[in-house]
Amino acid sequence: MRYLPNTPQNQRAMLDAIGVRSVEDLLVKIPAKARLSRPLALPPALAESDLVRHLRGLAARNADADSFTCFLGAGAYDHYVPSPISHLVLRGEFLTAYTPYQPEASQGTLRTIYEYQTMIAELTGMDVANASIYDGGSSLAEAVLMAHAVNGRGEIALTGAVNPLYRRVVETYVDGPGLRLREVPAPAGVTDLDAARRVVGGKTAALVVQSPNFYGCLEDVTAAAEIAHAAGALLIVVSDPVNLGVLEAPGRQGADVVVGEGQGLGVPLGFGGPYLGVFAAKQDFVRRLPGRLVGATVDLDGARGFALTLQTREQHIRRAKATSNICTNVALCALMATIYLAILGKQGLVRVGELSTAKAHYAARRLAEVPGVTLRFPQPFFKEFTLKLPKSPERVAARLARQNILAGLPLKGLDRKHADCLLVAVTEKRTKDEIDAFADALGKAVA
Amino acid sequence: MPYDNQPAYDRLVFELSSPGRMAFSLPESDVPVEPALAAVPEKYRRRQPAALPEVSELDVVRHYSRLSQMNYGIDTHFYPLGSCTMKYNPRINEDAARLAGFARLHPLAAEALSQGALQLMHELAGMLAEIAGMDAVSLQPAAGAQGELAGVLMIRAYHEARGEKRTKVLIPDSAHGTNPASTALAGYEVIEVKSDAEGQVDLGDLERHLAADVAAFMITVPNTLGNFEPRVTEIAELCHARGAQVYMDGANLNAILGLTRPGDLGFDVCHFNLHKTFTTPHGGGGPGAGPVGVKAHLEPFLPVPVVARREQTYVLDWKRPQSIGKLQAFWGNFGMHVRAYTYIRTMGADGLRAVSENAVLNANYVMKRLEQHYDVAAPGPCMHECVLSARKQKKLGVTAMDIAKRLLDLGFYAPSTYFPLIVEEALMIEPTETESKETLDAFCEAMIRIAREAETAPEAIHQAPVTTPVRRLDQTRAAREPNLRWRGQR
Repeated sequence: MRYLPNTPQNQRAMLDAIGVRSVEDLLVKIPAKARLSRPLALPPALAESDLVRHLRGLAARNADADSFTCFLGAGAYDHYVPSPISHLVLRGEFLTAYTPYQPEASQGTLRTIYEYQTMIAELTGMDVANASIYDGGSSLAEAVLMAHAVNGRGEIALTGAVNPLYRRVVETYVDGPGLRLREVPAPAGVTDLDAARRVVGGKTAALVVQSPNFYGCLEDVTAAAEIAHAAGALLIVVSDPVNLGVLEAPGRQGADVVVGEGQGLGVPLGFGGPYLGVFAAKQDFVRRLPGRLVGATVDLDGARGFALTLQTREQHIRRAKATSNICTNVALCALMATIYLAILGKQGLVRVGELSTAKAHYAARRLAEVPGVTLRFPQPFFKEFTLKLPKSPERVAARLARQNILAGLPLKGLDRKHADCLLVAVTEKRTKDEIDAFADALGKAVA
Repeated sequence: MPYDNQPAYDRLVFELSSPGRMAFSLPESDVPVEPALAAVPEKYRRRQPAALPEVSELDVVRHYSRLSQMNYGIDTHFYPLGSCTMKYNPRINEDAARLAGFARLHPLAAEALSQGALQLMHELAGMLAEIAGMDAVSLQPAAGAQGELAGVLMIRAYHEARGEKRTKVLIPDSAHGTNPASTALAGYEVIEVKSDAEGQVDLGDLERHLAADVAAFMITVPNTLGNFEPRVTEIAELCHARGAQVYMDGANLNAILGLTRPGDLGFDVCHFNLHKTFTTPHGGGGPGAGPVGVKAHLEPFLPVPVVARREQTYVLDWKRPQSIGKLQAFWGNFGMHVRAYTYIRTMGADGLRAVSENAVLNANYVMKRLEQHYDVAAPGPCMHECVLSARKQKKLGVTAMDIAKRLLDLGFYAPSTYFPLIVEEALMIEPTETESKETLDAFCEAMIRIAREAETAPEAIHQAPVTTPVRRLDQTRAAREPNLRWRGQR
């Protein structure tokens, strides 16, 4: 067994040193009646080459974004992933280290997290960012809990255009503290601000808006901030950081907390995870933040160094009174994002945004030219938009899949009100030819 | 880039930046850009460009390579960090996770287009259920702490479905901090149960607290002192007799693979840390994965969607009205599922049993070799880890923290320190099964050397570490004047 180095001779020598006859003598505290008296019923062990063949077989049964043209989004996007990322995160010193509890032997990880915090704070226009949380959905849930902890209010107003998968996660997390979720409708594809004024009040801990929202439409975050702040509530903005080369930083639109899914920043699509939960906030909340924080300090000789800090917020010290139960971050995904943002840099991230929105607008025009197909919401959008189809979106998508096109997300499953709609995302990777082919195929499918 | 050939590297990527330099490769647009930008209202467009670095591709590769060299990892150092199971992370796992059919699969691809991924998840859940003796497993929780939250929420939903109002959860004082934190998040009051001198549950104290308002008892097996709780089946029976559920924190599962199973011990729920027992890499602090297993009576409450098999087809089953809901936007940390699946298929049943046997053997060997030099927190035999106390050394002015720092200079990462909280000056050592006797001997000799130095030259230990990229850090200053982002200063 290639992962187990102890030879029978080693084992004998160790047992002799311990003074027992066999490993069984070391297991005496396990109650005899609970010992497993048979081998685990698992499939047989496979040699490496056989296992690779088996795994390739499973992988081949999936419609991946290399073999199919991907127009799927809804929180996960097929953006460009520069080659160095995978090479660098595979360095064993990053890959196989753990939480930097001994900072002197973990400066590499600590420095990359400090860089990550800086980049995310800069992109979102916030004062501070944490070292990351599991994913966009759980980041939003943590933000909602933090808002409740900050002002003690018991209601959360979510607009109807927040990703419904995120809403489901929030519902799970607010069950324990017993917070009440109230929906602000978004019948025209963007939040109804008059309705928001009616819903948000003295009991509201936070108003949550997403921009671009689930339907792809841009929200008036500044107006939402005014409504939240007038009621003494926090404004939580769900934002996709890869768009923030071109779109305004939510911090400059009045957000108190910015959360979102950072997958677009160089993290593989990977069937939904592991992803990158972005969490950034105003300075006022720094001692209320969930998750890890890395700070700069100095060592005994006065040299610059980095360490986990403000740990008195965290579960290993505060236990039941911690700001969150989160123990890890997603350091390796945060590293991917850090390398991504270093590679794209000041100019590249702007180009990604410009190209994505250019392709999306071209695609929206081409697809809406198909007879019977319309843009569902006549609102400004960025890289994603909602189409209304004259035929069942599930059937249309299944038909296009036969031509190796992942046409977008039929909304019926997540959003029953829009069962006749298809959510289409277009990143900078899509070409004019691919979009034209999509439009032609869609035309035939709905004819 | 100011080429830095010094052994000490002290740059942040922002400090390498030079206006106009670039490391990206993006195509020219084949569709019009200006009209699209014009369609985005100006008030929504960014006015001030984000101050990201401007560097070349070599700058990036060299910078992050240099930073990586400032870390200790399992690949470079023995990493006896107790409770974290820092075992070898097989490279075949990484190859598997990077197959395009897995790494490039969109989570919302239709079920018919993701059958291979769903099959892998279904089979992994089945294998974990068999390993733990549970009836069903959800792979959705992203980490152990989220697995705990899911487990406690399921327990709550179970009691509520039976019309019972229970408000408290009992947790031993030796528990990981996530246990009380997750339990509080699930809306319960946390009651601490005492441990006896050997780190075992104080049964009298447990019984005293086990009233009709107790929803669950949450316990780590083997316990955080590395010992198997010999009365665990009795404890489970006692809890069940009072209507409470029993939750096993699976952090230490590496000790019992194929030897005993949480389900057979009487547990109703347990979570798995795929990044510990099942070799997915720790990545500097995540991502991990924390699947949760339950007995049949809790199955209706599993997070949605459940990966199910309908004849020859795998589906995501959302129609589960009693579910606690969702924990992550999608289906869990699938990349970690692929790695854990690859590991279990590599090892098989005999291999996994050998894992635990060797993990236990290695830990007992280390404990035996060090017992003359350090106090042992609880008498052995231990399971997969042992807890020492540096209380003897502390009298000489050398703390557990000093010993940890000195180990860094001697070429080893440090054990977990000051945990469990019930052990004074705790040093928690988990060697894992993937380390050889030679490595364990070298580590023990370093520990013995430090014990001797504590007697002869304690001041030298206080200086440690001196071989690392930085020396001991001013943590007070870090917390008092938080500097959490670079603002152009050195």
